[in-house]
Amino acid sequence: MMQFMLLFSRQGKLRLQKWYVPLSDKEKKKITRELVQTVLARKPKMCSFLEWRDLKIVYKRYASLYFCCAIEDQDNELITLEIIHRYVELLDKYFGSVCELDIIFNFEKAYFILDEFLLGGEVQETSKKNVLKAIEQADLLQEPRHEYFNVPVY
Amino acid sequence: MPGEESLQRGWSHRPAALPRPARMVLPSLKLQELIQEIRGAKTQAQEREVIQKECAHIRAAFREGDAPQRHRQLAKLLYVHMLGYPAHFGQMECLKLIASPRFTDKRVGYLGAMLLLDERQDAHLLITNSIKNDLSQGTQPVQGLALCTLSTTGSAEMCRDLASEVEKLLLRPSPYVRKKAVLAAVHMIRKVPELSDIFLPPCTQLLHERHHGILMGAVTLITELCERSPAALTHFRQVVPQLVQILRTLVISGYSTEHSVAGVSDPFLQVQVLKLLRILGRNHEESSEAMNDMLAQVATNTDTSRNAGNAVLYETVLTIVDIRSASGLRVLAVNILGRFLLNNDKNIRYVALTSLLRLVQSDHSAVQRHRPTVVECLRETDASLSRRALELSLALVNSSNIRSMTQELQGFLEFCPVDLRADCASGILLAAERFAPTKRWHIDTIMRVLTTAGAHVRDDAVANLTQLIGGAEELHAYSVRRLYNALAADISQQPLVQVAAWCIGEYGELLLSESYEETEPLQVQEEEVLMLLEKVLQSHLSLPATRGYALTALMKLSTRFQGDNNRIRRVVSIYGSCLDIELQQRAVEYNALFRKYDHMRSAILEKMPLVEHGGPQDDEPGEGKEQPWSPKREVQSPTEPPTSNLLDLLDLLDSASGDAQPPPALDLMPGGSLLHLLDLPSNTPSLAPIPGLKVFDREGLQISLSFVRPPETPALLLITATASNTSKSDVTHFVFQAAVPKSFQLQLQIPSGDTVPAQGGPPITQVLRVLNPNKAPLRMRLRLAYNHFGQSVQEIFEVKDFPLDTWQ
Repeated sequence: MMQFMLLFSRQGKLRLQKWYVPLSDKEKKKITRELVQTVLARKPKMCSFLEWRDLKIVYKRYASLYFCCAIEDQDNELITLEIIHRYVELLDKYFGSVCELDIIFNFEKAYFILDEFLLGGEVQETSKKNVLKAIEQADLLQEPRHEYFNVPVY
Repeated sequence: MPGEESLQRGWSHRPAALPRPARMVLPSLKLQELIQEIRGAKTQAQEREVIQKECAHIRAAFREGDAPQRHRQLAKLLYVHMLGYPAHFGQMECLKLIASPRFTDKRVGYLGAMLLLDERQDAHLLITNSIKNDLSQGTQPVQGLALCTLSTTGSAEMCRDLASEVEKLLLRPSPYVRKKAVLAAVHMIRKVPELSDIFLPPCTQLLHERHHGILMGAVTLITELCERSPAALTHFRQVVPQLVQILRTLVISGYSTEHSVAGVSDPFLQVQVLKLLRILGRNHEESSEAMNDMLAQVATNTDTSRNAGNAVLYETVLTIVDIRSASGLRVLAVNILGRFLLNNDKNIRYVALTSLLRLVQSDHSAVQRHRPTVVECLRETDASLSRRALELSLALVNSSNIRSMTQELQGFLEFCPVDLRADCASGILLAAERFAPTKRWHIDTIMRVLTTAGAHVRDDAVANLTQLIGGAEELHAYSVRRLYNALAADISQQPLVQVAAWCIGEYGELLLSESYEETEPLQVQEEEVLMLLEKVLQSHLSLPATRGYALTALMKLSTRFQGDNNRIRRVVSIYGSCLDIELQQRAVEYNALFRKYDHMRSAILEKMPLVEHGGPQDDEPGEGKEQPWSPKREVQSPTEPPTSNLLDLLDLLDSASGDAQPPPALDLMPGGSLLHLLDLPSNTPSLAPIPGLKVFDREGLQISLSFVRPPETPALLLITATASNTSKSDVTHFVFQAAVPKSFQLQLQIPSGDTVPAQGGPPITQVLRVLNPNKAPLRMRLRLAYNHFGQSVQEIFEVKDFPLDTWQ
């Protein structure tokens, strides 16, 4: 299973963190710091895999964002790259040509999309169409504006 | 409040850089504005200020219990939390939001719960009730949120409470909910393995679903069940045909645009199914056979132009080599990996190297075929790739390719990144020890490693080299000359300096003889040699241990060289007041040797007798750090005491491990210890011919024992076990273990290898040392384990009819 996924910028700023294993806040911060440092130190031409503690780390850079997943020993690194790519495609479709700013300003949406694609560290839906449909429907369910004094939802 | 809105709009038009007017209370910002404001902060301090102010607002809002705004406040808090600021005061708000009837509230509330309320928090259990309600009464999207939260952060207790709710959802018609319920079940089983009983029955039915999401979940669930319980594993072998069918549908007939990636049908599902097939087919002939054809088909038909196809192919290869597949299929798998090694994509090369490393034991000859490509990978610029290539190359070294491989590895050693140097150097030395074709080559190789990477070799390399040289009498002159030249060129590489100093001390007189055919004529004067040793003594580059070697060497030369010893005496007396205690002590003792005990000097400084060689030192296994080093482990394993196995079978027999004897310290002490040193048993065997004994003969594999009893040590019996192979198939993974009755002591030395090639290929030899002080009748129990004709074989038997001369 995937143990966690981190998205961070070239400056090391965290943009999304999804943890599928229980860890204290302190431990999460420590892991994040270490991993961000390790990944940012890699040169551009190096391969996307590295060993870190007892996990395998699969990372890929899309524009200014690093997508970094920690998988277990028996997991397939190449398919994890596909998982990352699929997530980026979903974000792209949803936001229309996604960029880092979209994920910053709509971070909760990024989480919602991820939660329709992966569940408990495993892939739950392999059809792009189904994931996007589910998000659309959920968005429609958000209570309309007038319930909140005529201001946009967020 | 209506007024607030316009204020907020007013604020939002202000550029963040302008200073704020001093106000007691700033109005709360919208999420987007907050984010903008934070990003606009020029310093960490400024950011902290903005956030603290906003958090104060959020706290106030929470206290007031403002229901409609709660989700907005929490959303802001979650953003701030991601930046690393504390957000624990939002935990109760998550609970309130989850309990709210509004979807918007629930959405943010559950998100908050996943981020702030993991199972270590006290408030965690409080969401159980809400989740239960949402699971049983909520709309599908709400059920989805609940299942998601449960699967991400559900604690064991929560899982127990909610298991039956999830079980119900497994059978609901809606695929949206079902696919999530299945994965929730996976999480629950991970937390509470006993729940497997509830979730096992529905699985077989789930496999007949057509919805890919449900199938993914079902395959994952079955995988999890099988990994946890051998009973489940046996139970699920029946679904192998169904899984093969799923694969077939995907690979052959299905081209659904919805699920395909780069021309490959649902690679995610394929990989998941292949993984499960691997678990089911492992060690099970029937299942392996049932999936053989399909695996071959996937292996040959998958489009490998893009990563998705390669991911599927990779998983297929892993499955093929792990199950009981036909040998042709295995060869295909290894060849696919060989092709991967030539791929332009670094990632593919990486997985190829990793997989080949896993295979090198079981499919050695197949992997050997790709050795040239592997060696090419040593030149990779990416360090993680070259590390893998190094491990694999070391594992591929054998007696036939030792020279060329060592050449490649030495080349690599010169340019490899620093963190790989130690492993590479040790690897070369170990391989040299196992497979050296000649002693001279061995000495040359060690010298070259010491010159290139002297700082990175293990401590026992020095001892090993001195022992090696000492044992090769015909090479003394050659060695001392080469070492002298190396030392004259460079005195900074400590291990090399130490060995050179020792050699010069022992064989210094050989340096002076003028002509020696094998090397260039070397004309060295005594004075030059002494000068060099003094230089080592005085250099700040020399470690204290090195100085010790140099001082002792000088001392020994006092008896080897013809000239008068004034120079040596001078040096020795100077060091009598050296600050280093060890050196001082030596110098004082040597001084005494020159004065009071001069009559004993030449006896004490005689040539050293041959040192006992016990084999390479045991490495400390995993200190939490991964040992990247299979060859070493491979060599070590036969000598590790297999206590659990053998003691099961043998009540009273003992088996000693073959542990290394460190060579005795090289410093000499006058008087008493002289006898001790000369007592060391030498390795020169006396040849009282004792008849050999054939102990095993099966399908072309023969094991025979030959015996030698050195006359100086009547209690010692040296047995050489030879394994030879006249059959048509290689014998691999050969492991030989022995046990003797309690009154004996047994030491197994490192075997020469673990493979006996077919048709009379070079046999494996292993030396056993048996100490039998009581002259009791010799009995032995032998255990063999090896692979032959594609089968793994284990044999245990007792040998009682040893020739009388071996123990009487």
